[in-house]
Amino acid sequence: MSDTLTGTATEVPDYPMDRDSRCPFAPPPQVLEMGEAKPLSRVRIWDGSTPWLITGHEVARELFADSRVSVDDRRDGFPHWNEHMLSTVYKRPRSVFTSDAEEHTRFRRMLSKPFTFKRVEGLRPAIQQVTDECIDAILAGPQPADIVTKLALPVPTRVISEMLGVPYEDHEFFQHHANVGLARYASAEDGQKGAMSLAQYLIDLVKTKMEIPRGEGTEDAVSDLAERVNGGEISVKEAAQLGTGLLIAGHETTANMIGIGVLALLENPEQAALLRDSDDAKFIANAVEELMRYLSIIQNGQRRVAAEDIEIGGETIRAGEGIILDLAPANWDSAAYPDPDKLDLTRDAGQQLGFGYGRHQCVGQQLARAELQIVFHTLLKRIPTLRLAVPLDEVPFKHDRLAYGVYELPVTW
Amino acid sequence: MKVTVAQDKCVSSGQCVLNAGEVFDQRDDDGVVLLLTDNPPLEQAENARKAAATYPALAIDIDE
Repeated sequence: MSDTLTGTATEVPDYPMDRDSRCPFAPPPQVLEMGEAKPLSRVRIWDGSTPWLITGHEVARELFADSRVSVDDRRDGFPHWNEHMLSTVYKRPRSVFTSDAEEHTRFRRMLSKPFTFKRVEGLRPAIQQVTDECIDAILAGPQPADIVTKLALPVPTRVISEMLGVPYEDHEFFQHHANVGLARYASAEDGQKGAMSLAQYLIDLVKTKMEIPRGEGTEDAVSDLAERVNGGEISVKEAAQLGTGLLIAGHETTANMIGIGVLALLENPEQAALLRDSDDAKFIANAVEELMRYLSIIQNGQRRVAAEDIEIGGETIRAGEGIILDLAPANWDSAAYPDPDKLDLTRDAGQQLGFGYGRHQCVGQQLARAELQIVFHTLLKRIPTLRLAVPLDEVPFKHDRLAYGVYELPVTW
Repeated sequence: MKVTVAQDKCVSSGQCVLNAGEVFDQRDDDGVVLLLTDNPPLEQAENARKAAATYPALAIDIDE
């Protein structure tokens, strides 16, 4: 029986919780304490409801893979992020993020083509070139340089532009509108304007690509979607939405991981040296998994609702109860990773949950891996004396965003 | 060792090709898993096990 049935309401802690500013890489201390005690427990969210917070690695993996766990945000009991998300739930079209089972598979497969392992491997030379150009510009420019604006943002934006098939002459427009909402003091309005301009841009791009005869176009994601529109599978608007989704998901997350990942490496110089001195592709790949485990940048939990009763970890999650799978504490579960607070690039981090797990696991994970492997390794090799230009406690962290990271990262060398 | 895949469960994560590129491939169109060999040689067996273990949607089954 769960504690909440016998305890008083005040015993259920509020969620989300704050990080300790002295340990900016660590998950909130209260979440870690809860995880030490039990792999799942109740928390109270903004609307007063008390969904389950999953903090254990094994329980998180099991629930991510359990078909009785639904992402359908229209079901009763779904633990919404905030009031805005609840009030607009019927305005948002069904998407890959909010559909289960066969409907989800249909959406997912439309998005998968550009992200196959082989397609991403083919992009590596382009990612390397973009990375080298950004580092050339850093080295040629003044010191200190901001890693966020000079490297973390432009690399994923330019790579995703290539993948989507945004013509070169539009790259600047695209980069500006993709990044305007991510700035430190951006208003909700800035974000919305940026998103609307991009949505309109993508509608126009889909329409342009629809006119190109089959076989004469380029191999890119928007061309693939345009083909599906021509085939009557989806509407222009849906195609543009899928394209925008790819852009946002593939760009902000990777950018944050680059920024905070560079900082974590600078704060752990002996680990950075291991990565700098290695030319073993397997070591470099695992190093990125470990950085993903250590930083799990998606904060505040993946939201789900139980469609049936589920017995797990000594508790019963009842049908209709909310489930919040919190990646950071699961990745810092000492049962799965001894000394989880140590960044250790030599440990096997293959089962890290930074991309989630199960059928909704990140569709762009192979692209993100390739970008992160290339960017971290190349930066450390090319600027071996790289160091932080301000004290750590002056680095501004993104406590208030869906994806954790740094707003600015001034470095010198 | 006998490897089987359930294409209907596949979510095209690419984890199988990443871990065991000699045993698995992905369909070009939608990234769905393809089995290149259902009885991989001994030196590839460990990679195939790793692929099954990291596979997010439990679409790979290994019968030892």
